[in-house]
Amino acid sequence: MSTWDEYAESGRQPGNVINTIYKLRLFVTGASPNSLRAITNIKVFCENNLKGKYELEIIDIYQQPLIAQKEQIVALPMLLKKFPLPERKLIGDMSDTEKVFRGLGLENAG
Amino acid sequence: MFNQNDITQPGKPGTLPKAPTGIAGLDEITGGGLPKGRPTLICGEAGSGKTLFSIEFIVRGATEFNEPGVFIAFEEKAEELAMNVTSLGFDLEQLQAQKMLKVDYIHIDRSEIEETGEYDLDGLFIRLGYAIDSIGAKRVVLDTIENLFSGLSNQSILRAELRRLFHWLKEKGVTTIITGEKGDGYLTRQGLEEYVSDCVILLDHRVENQISTRRLRIIKYRGSLHGTNEYPFLIDEEGISVLPVTSLKLHNKVSTERISSGINQLDDMMSGKGFFRGSSILVSGTAGTGKTSIAASFANETCNRGEKCIYFAFEESPSQIVRNMYSIGMDLQKHIDNGLLFFHASRPTLNGLEMHLVAIHKQIKKVKPKVVVLDPITNLITVGSVSEVKSMLIRLIDFLQEEQITVMFTALTLNNIVNEQTDEGVSSLVDAWLLVRDIEFNGERNRGLYMMKSRGMKHSNQVREFVITNNGLNLIDVYLGPDGVLTGSAREAQQMSEETSKVIYNHGLTRKDREIIRKRKVLEAKIATLQSEFESIEEELNKGYVEEELVKEVAGQTRDKMTKLRGGNNTEFTS
Repeated sequence: MSTWDEYAESGRQPGNVINTIYKLRLFVTGASPNSLRAITNIKVFCENNLKGKYELEIIDIYQQPLIAQKEQIVALPMLLKKFPLPERKLIGDMSDTEKVFRGLGLENAG
Repeated sequence: MFNQNDITQPGKPGTLPKAPTGIAGLDEITGGGLPKGRPTLICGEAGSGKTLFSIEFIVRGATEFNEPGVFIAFEEKAEELAMNVTSLGFDLEQLQAQKMLKVDYIHIDRSEIEETGEYDLDGLFIRLGYAIDSIGAKRVVLDTIENLFSGLSNQSILRAELRRLFHWLKEKGVTTIITGEKGDGYLTRQGLEEYVSDCVILLDHRVENQISTRRLRIIKYRGSLHGTNEYPFLIDEEGISVLPVTSLKLHNKVSTERISSGINQLDDMMSGKGFFRGSSILVSGTAGTGKTSIAASFANETCNRGEKCIYFAFEESPSQIVRNMYSIGMDLQKHIDNGLLFFHASRPTLNGLEMHLVAIHKQIKKVKPKVVVLDPITNLITVGSVSEVKSMLIRLIDFLQEEQITVMFTALTLNNIVNEQTDEGVSSLVDAWLLVRDIEFNGERNRGLYMMKSRGMKHSNQVREFVITNNGLNLIDVYLGPDGVLTGSAREAQQMSEETSKVIYNHGLTRKDREIIRKRKVLEAKIATLQSEFESIEEELNKGYVEEELVKEVAGQTRDKMTKLRGGNNTEFTS
């Protein structure tokens, strides 16, 4: 990630904004091991760090293949942060908490 | 070397099923197309024509073989792609509307993506699977899948997923083209060739002597015979055409049919019938000896027979040739208007030798002529070495003989000395070789034509004088005077003097005739004189004889009278 991006993000998203509701979408493929792990990991992450401040939507791409094209999905599982802006895409099973923090633009409290 | 007969018959039992590409020439060297239901890798440098190649595969599949296709573009957006190929006459929008084509643009931006652990490419699988199923696609292109490597960083996942992807595509039974950019020392940057084991085609774009040539080579094709050479290919307004260059076999069928050269006297030199159909003829000579006129006359005669002819001009423009030939009584424009004569004029430096060959091939395939003229081949030397030109011409002659097309080359020889090995080294290849040379004598320049060789027929060994008149070309027997061969005005002078002596001779003859008649008259007159002399002598002689008779008679009578007068002694007297 470039420093410019970091700068832009930090400018737009000061850490003291408390009432922001995070709108998250997790795209998964059925009950594949990666998908199940990603669902568990993101749920744990959100409960720990964004309790009460997030909406998580889990979408099975197998059921809705057209979304894959619309959202330019290649790698799965993928977490899409719709809000606050900018949109960010996180791929993988969300096991790397450090990167999830960074991807969602959160200060790593712990 | 492979046998072309074997590989041009796809679908034989036991052979690999193939998906025809519809790209001109490629199906011949691959023996029917790409391996059906398997992935094929097309690799090459930037600008070598990979994307065009793959899109032509998809479009031809949809339009010619009724096989819908999916084009997954990693580099260009669907609209850009459509615009880029409009110039080739491919209407992607319409094909998409007809459900024969689906274009999906896949974009991955590294800066937008955070990798947070294990992932897979199921998204790509789902999109691809959905696109294939929605139109029942039989063909898939992934252009260029390597872009995934720049968008995603976890190489081990990517490689595992790619292997899975190709396996999955094989299971789906779709014929796939994967394009890859050429890497350092490897066929592709990411070593894609290790995943694609069935067919690998390398495209190449080389510039030599400032002239570019595109080439194609099949590196491997598992389970199939294929051409192994580098084949030049051409991208023009009709897409890609590949030229299957060498078939090294010499099994060309031959014809015993003879066709006229358009110059009667020249036909006479070849036992009165002209060249063999499907043979190759070289006309060489120094500048201004009338090579083009001979070639044009041959073309003209072909069209007069109602056969098609293509004239490849490397030196003059078509209208220039038409004008010039009109001045010697040949109306080529008429044949052009009737659709029998085709001109294809280009500067040799327009493109590389191979490209010329491809262009010539294409024209011939399109027009299907009976006769082809190349005027002159000497100029091709400017874009290639002698050996290159020779190998190109060998291939061209090969191809033309295969098609039973008669070809006439003209070649310029730069010196006046007849070299035994000259003319781009093709003199040994051609079936007939006409040499036109200047004969400088008596302060003027005349043209002499003779046949250096003419395979398989009796031909004259005489030098003929070659004359260009207002009514066309003419060959005159070179005059053999007392001082040797005479041409031009010397010949005319000699002819004239011989004419004169003939007149004099004739005159002499008539005088002698008259003399004889006179002699005869004199003789006859003499005979008449003698005759009358004889008559007068005869009369003279006869006169004495009659007188004697008369005297005798008169004496007798007198005696009788006397006897009567004497009476008595008459009896005694008479007894």
